[in-house]
Amino acid sequence: MSRRVTLNLGIPEAPREITVVLPDDEPVPWQLGHNFAIVGQETPRVDGPAKATGAAHYTYDIALPGMLYGAILRSPYPRARVRGVDLSAARRLAGVRAALKVTDGEIRFAGQEVAAVAAVSSDIAADALGLIKVDYEPLPFVVDMESAAAAGAPSVFSGSNVGKPSASNRGDVEHALAGAAHRIEATYSTPVQTHVSLETHGALAHFDGGALTVWCSTQGVFTVRDDLAVLFNLPPDKVRVISEYLGGGFGSKFGASPEIAIAARLAKESGAPVKVMLPRGDEHLATGNRPNSEQKVRFGSDSAGKLVAIDLVQRGSGGIGGGAGSSGPFKMVYPCPNVRTEERNIYTNAGPSSPMRAPGWPQGMFGLEMAMDEMARKIGMDRLEFRRLNNDNPIRAIELELGARSFGWSEKSAAKISTGPMRRGIGVACAAWHALGFSGPEALAIAHRDGRVEIRCGTQDIGTGTRTALAIVAAEELGLPIAMVSSEIGDTRYPFSLPSGGSMSSPSNTPAVRQAAAHLKDKLFKIAAPMLGAEPADLEARDAVIRVRFDPSRKAAFKDVCRRIPGDSISAGGERIPNYAAYRPDQAGCQFAEVEVDTETGVVRVLRVVAVHDAGTMLDPLTSRSQINGGVLMGIGYALFETRRMDPQLGLMVNPTMDDYKLVGPLDVPQIDVMFVEVLNGGTNTGVLGIGEVAHVASAAAVACAVSDAVGAPLRELPLTPDRILAALGHP
Amino acid sequence: MKSRKGKDPGKRALSRRSFLKGAALTSAGAVAAATLGHLDRAQAAEPALPEGVAEQLGPGPVAIDLKINGVSRHLAVEPRVTLLRALREDLGMTGAKLVCDRGACGACTVHLDGAPVTACMILAVDARGHEITTIEGLGEPGRMHPLQEAFVDTDAMQCGFCTPGMVMSLAAALKQNPAADLDAIRHSVAGNICRCGTYPHVFAAALRVARAAAKGNT
Repeated sequence: MSRRVTLNLGIPEAPREITVVLPDDEPVPWQLGHNFAIVGQETPRVDGPAKATGAAHYTYDIALPGMLYGAILRSPYPRARVRGVDLSAARRLAGVRAALKVTDGEIRFAGQEVAAVAAVSSDIAADALGLIKVDYEPLPFVVDMESAAAAGAPSVFSGSNVGKPSASNRGDVEHALAGAAHRIEATYSTPVQTHVSLETHGALAHFDGGALTVWCSTQGVFTVRDDLAVLFNLPPDKVRVISEYLGGGFGSKFGASPEIAIAARLAKESGAPVKVMLPRGDEHLATGNRPNSEQKVRFGSDSAGKLVAIDLVQRGSGGIGGGAGSSGPFKMVYPCPNVRTEERNIYTNAGPSSPMRAPGWPQGMFGLEMAMDEMARKIGMDRLEFRRLNNDNPIRAIELELGARSFGWSEKSAAKISTGPMRRGIGVACAAWHALGFSGPEALAIAHRDGRVEIRCGTQDIGTGTRTALAIVAAEELGLPIAMVSSEIGDTRYPFSLPSGGSMSSPSNTPAVRQAAAHLKDKLFKIAAPMLGAEPADLEARDAVIRVRFDPSRKAAFKDVCRRIPGDSISAGGERIPNYAAYRPDQAGCQFAEVEVDTETGVVRVLRVVAVHDAGTMLDPLTSRSQINGGVLMGIGYALFETRRMDPQLGLMVNPTMDDYKLVGPLDVPQIDVMFVEVLNGGTNTGVLGIGEVAHVASAAAVACAVSDAVGAPLRELPLTPDRILAALGHP
Repeated sequence: MKSRKGKDPGKRALSRRSFLKGAALTSAGAVAAATLGHLDRAQAAEPALPEGVAEQLGPGPVAIDLKINGVSRHLAVEPRVTLLRALREDLGMTGAKLVCDRGACGACTVHLDGAPVTACMILAVDARGHEITTIEGLGEPGRMHPLQEAFVDTDAMQCGFCTPGMVMSLAAALKQNPAADLDAIRHSVAGNICRCGTYPHVFAAALRVARAAAKGNT
């Protein structure tokens, strides 16, 4: 039933033997010294050709015969009561096939859904929205956090806008602060950031008989399926959700959000397939955001520089949503005996927050690492040295060492470069994440008679390379080149998987795929054994050949074995069993940044970033590097440019476009050097960890620390726009 | 011609693009055409065919021919329909993406007479008489353009939604300047936005092609 296995895990410099009990059908986890064939090689993503040629079909690209285009009317008021919605004129417009009221009458943010139409063209649908008459009773509102928290503010829901505190406490912070040799106290602020997925939210919904099929730009096909099944009172198997390609999500695309449900309602009313894809402005307003934060931080250290107290009092607003906490990094990154955190959601009349790439962490890491810099300066210690002193993670110690050497921390610290008005600065920030993944996913491995292997798993690819990761794992297990393996994902008709988010996809899915591939291999070995005059247990698969382990001359091509498959194909399932003991329960990482500040204009340019990361077993350094680049660049945008600007008088977002809401563009890209430390981590049979979140958590913090270094004063509020830089430099 | 008297679809906020659309309703696309720099007689438009305006289009669908990837395509579009919508919704060519809808992100980049343009900022009627090349015309999965191959090999993509636009901007730039250096490459995609932040590998892909070209020339 089960067996006891002792594994050699970790890094070659610091290996550790860990004994685990595994079910009989669970492959032995990859461990130190494993002789990989494909894992760890640079494998171009398997769907690259489809993406590079425009042949990849996203939800937005799918069209069905007789398909209608849906559009959504949104409230122009941040708070209102809807007294009536008159759809008659919209319904009379030639080409309009359905019109719906979708509000319950209560408007709590500008951009909230009020009504929807479906028409034969997208332009006619947009025209029809202009014909809908809505009787609004505008009500008092509040969009900024400060005003919302004040006494007498208009209530966003009912009662106070200040949520109940969420607190954690370890040790005695006040006592430790009182006895600390060094103390600092400062407040750090971050803005609301929007996701700006290039493919907006939306779906194509189609009722056929009693079944609903939805193509959907989603990070969770099964989540959407279950939500829609409840909404339309259908058994889940009568709802099929497909997301073959997805143009970005970053945490904003879980579940059947309003536009998905609206597409399905319009499809039901019109009796035709309806596609609703949001216009860019709606995407900024209504589909999620990273809450802002105000973090009051107090640190205390002993005379040697060891942290003895960390105190965080934090609040943030996710509009009408919550989840604004940022305490994670304060509790997890640097060991400290006395840590207290207190977080509060403040509700405002703005669009609801949603998870965004490492929820809470980029903002928390900015507060934490800025405070670390201020503390180091107070003590008079080198900022990198201060972090090393307060680090207890052996992986991060190696990463800090590697990064510092590549970056040239000592040399750059010794020689400050200033050319005329241009001043340079350097910064370093640590990263962490806890991405071990979950049990639940299943996978199916199918061998066809022509030797091709197909993996089916109901996960989805948000751009990280999920298809490629699954194919690499199956190819490794079956001893095949990647070209012989394909991954079919993004469909609720495939075996169950979890939503893609939190860097959980690879650690949750790859073990199910490996188990499925191992079970398929067992079946193929049973076919091969009589061909080779051997027992199945004596066979191995490598280089597209199945051979006898102790006599490699007795072998058969994988394809030739597949030709003996009695039917058309054979298949085997695999499941993701719960995590077992791992080398570490977390990921480390660190990033170094060098910036140049123009002291006359206040413009900041990031010159170089060195990013050092671990992601368990390194499946594919090529696609992993893509994710690290992306995490760094999104962090630079968060540090320097991005902010949702609200007009407090009108309660409206003033920059819901892609020219006024500035993202990092090609000319803002610094030199980025990515380094990986491979950790054979165990925990699952692949030991693979995700890398999307950890790539991003340190980036804005490292840049902000570098800018503060260049300016010579701490810049405690993001984004670091020229006005703030000039103010910090003492310009009026 | 279909009449929509008494309806006022133009009541919603005027964006730069809806201004273009409105202009074309009355003036033979004079404003949009002028932005392309090839219509010399464009004058301020008056409702009743002012001097210098050669034709009146719309507001109903207009039959036009577009030359796309070397093939003449016949279609009927309202004058307000952008080239991007015509490609995507009327012709089923979905490689070019609508992302910002105001020429700010480059995801809808196509070539007009070999020059990269944002198809969301051009009306379909104004694309008449031009050679249009889309990502579909550049290469296919089994027969990729060298730049597309380089995109795959260097992993110059993540979610892939910006990728067709990136490829089209760079293909035009590299045709004009085959041995482009990093700085030239960065500037040639300066108008292409990628939220996944995959630019470093995009630069690497283009550099790979440019270096191969430079080698071939020496």
